[in-house]
Amino acid sequence: MEFKDYYKALGVSRDASADEIKKAFRKAARKYHPDVSPGADAVAKFKEVNEAYEVLKDPERRAAYDQLGQEPPQGQGRYQPPPNWDSGFSFSEGGPRDDEAFSDFFETLFRRGAGPTGGAYASQGADSHGRIEITIEDAYRGAERTLSLRSPVMAPNGTVTMQDRKIAVRVPKGITQGQHIRLAGQGAPGAGAPGDLFLEVAFAPHPVYRPDGKDLYLDLPITPWEAALGGQVVMPTPGGKVDLRIPKNARSGQKMRLKGKGLPGAPAGDIYATLKIVNPKVTTDEAREFFEKMAKKMPFDPRAHLGGT
Amino acid sequence: MKKATSRSDIVDALSLHDLCRFCQADETWVIELVEHGVLEPMGSTSGNWRFVGTSIVRAKKARRLNRDLGINAAGVALVLDLLDERDEMMRRLAQHEAV
Repeated sequence: MEFKDYYKALGVSRDASADEIKKAFRKAARKYHPDVSPGADAVAKFKEVNEAYEVLKDPERRAAYDQLGQEPPQGQGRYQPPPNWDSGFSFSEGGPRDDEAFSDFFETLFRRGAGPTGGAYASQGADSHGRIEITIEDAYRGAERTLSLRSPVMAPNGTVTMQDRKIAVRVPKGITQGQHIRLAGQGAPGAGAPGDLFLEVAFAPHPVYRPDGKDLYLDLPITPWEAALGGQVVMPTPGGKVDLRIPKNARSGQKMRLKGKGLPGAPAGDIYATLKIVNPKVTTDEAREFFEKMAKKMPFDPRAHLGGT
Repeated sequence: MKKATSRSDIVDALSLHDLCRFCQADETWVIELVEHGVLEPMGSTSGNWRFVGTSIVRAKKARRLNRDLGINAAGVALVLDLLDERDEMMRRLAQHEAV
């Protein structure tokens, strides 16, 4: 297990007052809240500051943590708390409010008493929430994914261990970013029926498509002559290649809509291709002659409207 | 490590009761969000409300912002509107940078 420097996580000194800690936490929580922060590491950062605050806001827990001292010097291997490090302190259970576990360091040292959902053994098991990352192709065709879940489990004697669990998830066809998949009966166990597991769907960044609901956006590069003359070009879609008709005198930035070629559903989404005219690199004499000929034969001044001539 | 298979379906069209369970909130909070226009359920009375698509996602976000940052319903409404605006601008910016 790795030692966690909770003071560093909140950016406060070890002798910070309770007020300073609260202020630092609130500021960091706003900055890294996953619903507000666009940063890719926001989820991890937010969890880190919450974990740190969970310990430092509680005087007993903070005192026990301070007793542990500083991080051991590098190269000493894995962190082991000294024996009886917590004797004389009477902090109660703590843990994340969502079902995801904090770090091993927290779970081993500070998780007490309460089960993973923070309460007594309920008659109806609590629902669990998690996230699953899928590709646009998975959403287009539907897919089977195996999800690894790590959750704290309380033994009858009150100790908490981490349990890994693998769940097969069927990704329904046509699901969109932000929607939720419900897995009935896969939540926390209870005396009666277990709770459900809800998975929020996130799309992995795609090299070609940008999703917006069921619609997909992409940039479609075309040559200057395809733009000028129009005609058929072959374009990729998640369902396979399709022919797209480019109109004559197409402009760069012009948007073409392919109805119903986006993510499936009723109605299915569309694909929007933004045309992007790409000039070939002139490397041969023949190519240069072509362009020189165009320069001579085509009276075209794209800067005419700027004036000043 | 045990491997489990189970039924999975898309969460859509939730009643007021189911939405409360889904985002671990009480009915008063959800009704407040509807009154602030954060959520737009189908149906005329709270008894036959149906929450679909974006409303479900927004309800969950609203609950998290309230719980984690202590923002009230009016504040959540403002934050979500501004986030939508920011996302739209980021999308347009990404398009301009790509061309």
